[in-house]
Amino acid sequence: MNKAKIYKVLFYIGMIILIIPPIFVFAWMIMIGLKTGVQNIEYPPLFIFKPTLENFKAVFQQHNFFKYLTNSFIIATFATLISLFIGLPAAYSIARYKQRNLSIGILVARMTPFVSYLLPWYIVFRKLNLIDTFTALIITHLIITLPMIIWLMIAFFEGVPIELEEAALIDGCVRSETFLRIALPLSKNGIITSAIISFIFSWNQFLFSLILSGPKTRTVPVAVYNFMSYGKIDWAGIGAAATIIVFPVLVFAFFVKNRIVEGLTRGALKG
Amino acid sequence: MKKLKETIINFLDNHISIAFPAPAMITLFIVVIFPIIYNIYMSFSKWKIGLGSPKFIGLQNYIDAFSDPRFWNGLKVMFLFSGLSLSLEIVLGLLIAVYFNKEFKGSNFIQTIYIFPFAATPVAIALIWRIMLNPQIGVLNYFLSLFGLPGSLWISDARTVIISLVLVDVWKWTPMITLIVLAGLKSLPKDPYEAAIIDGANAFHVFSYITLPLIRPVLITALTLRSLDNLKEFDIIYTITQGGPGIASETLYLYSYKTAFSFFKAGYGSTLIIIVFLLVLLFNVALNKIRYRTEVL
Repeated sequence: MNKAKIYKVLFYIGMIILIIPPIFVFAWMIMIGLKTGVQNIEYPPLFIFKPTLENFKAVFQQHNFFKYLTNSFIIATFATLISLFIGLPAAYSIARYKQRNLSIGILVARMTPFVSYLLPWYIVFRKLNLIDTFTALIITHLIITLPMIIWLMIAFFEGVPIELEEAALIDGCVRSETFLRIALPLSKNGIITSAIISFIFSWNQFLFSLILSGPKTRTVPVAVYNFMSYGKIDWAGIGAAATIIVFPVLVFAFFVKNRIVEGLTRGALKG
Repeated sequence: MKKLKETIINFLDNHISIAFPAPAMITLFIVVIFPIIYNIYMSFSKWKIGLGSPKFIGLQNYIDAFSDPRFWNGLKVMFLFSGLSLSLEIVLGLLIAVYFNKEFKGSNFIQTIYIFPFAATPVAIALIWRIMLNPQIGVLNYFLSLFGLPGSLWISDARTVIISLVLVDVWKWTPMITLIVLAGLKSLPKDPYEAAIIDGANAFHVFSYITLPLIRPVLITALTLRSLDNLKEFDIIYTITQGGPGIASETLYLYSYKTAFSFFKAGYGSTLIIIVFLLVLLFNVALNKIRYRTEVL
């Protein structure tokens, strides 16, 4: 074997070592979900066993997970759509008119600890009788999704060549038309990316739902957390439930993986 | 009717730099700024949630914080957890990115695998880690035993609990740093590298004299991005240890949550939140200064 070949083999061995940790945790999660309660507490841990789908069935039938998945889906979708609707024009304006002060406001929103929102919002929502409603949760999720969408979209709109818009203006388009007909279609990729990132962050949000949701609006992160709070930890149930709630996120992440990296790095590379 | 529509469009066009951002900014003001102001006000008050109404007590909460041993513990845990996890994530993220920074079969696959940990729902992942970290029957101690190593008590021991949580955080977020740095490395100019090879520089020299200085701004931005969430880490710690054993892994942020929502001391809880906020702000201002300086150099 020549030197180049040895290097190549060593490189791939290193690569395998570096991808074992991420893969193993997900594989183990699925395996916990596929084992029975008894198999889960055996030592040494079982790696080969007869898989069962009972836990997944129980998660849907006894723990009502379909409802929690729907709740999370509704909240994440509406929070994302509202954020797009009001966030896109804002991001466009900040990008085109270099409104630095406004972007600082968005940074403040990203720095504020989430716990600080809980008490004031709890008090307001209780006064308005909105505890355990979708309205309350969607409003609080805007705290996450709106700054995220604006922040990501500023970078994308800055990438739209200004010459195209100037040409359209000369042709008699008005400003709001150049936004709708030129800037928006040209940043379609960016919009899809930021919408998906926003959806994922809303889906994963735990703290707001922990305090502001109730039996009617409970989201999946709180539902899976509750597997632990009845004194005994239901390992098999956690494995199945965790697999179910992580799955949609991973599918999303998989289909837009290039764009997610692009979306996250855009901010980082531009600084 | 048509005239009205035209008037609206005209108005929008003439005031586009105000009209476009206005809805988002007003929404942000309501959802973000109002709670901040409320917290500042509350931090000067004493109020047990559900009992009577808030009483103004001036700086008393802040004075109390400085003589509260649990406050100092929270600060210590926060510094340990964030210091360890952020530095490990940056160093490992950078090294792994340098390792993968070449053309090879499967680079697309790596990218996919590395997105999964940080996209996955933190609570779900934290629960799985909690199971894996179980000292009696957890799979991590089993792996250690395969190598003939003694098992660890992990999250059940005050001495190892922070490092166990750091392990989970590093597992979840190093891949994100890797992907950001990798994208940064791909956009670096090629010339310095070619010149260095002609000059006969070795790999270590290339890394420390060319790659590192060039990638520094990206690293600092990645650190900024990461620190925004890391200093306020809640889901992982709350799910895995809830601050335990005792208060050995209770960060200041978690303590502020417990103060307000387990002990129902709204005023003191707000004070602690404000202090966390100021620390995050301070850290970011400092990072920004460093970044500015590296750009000047």
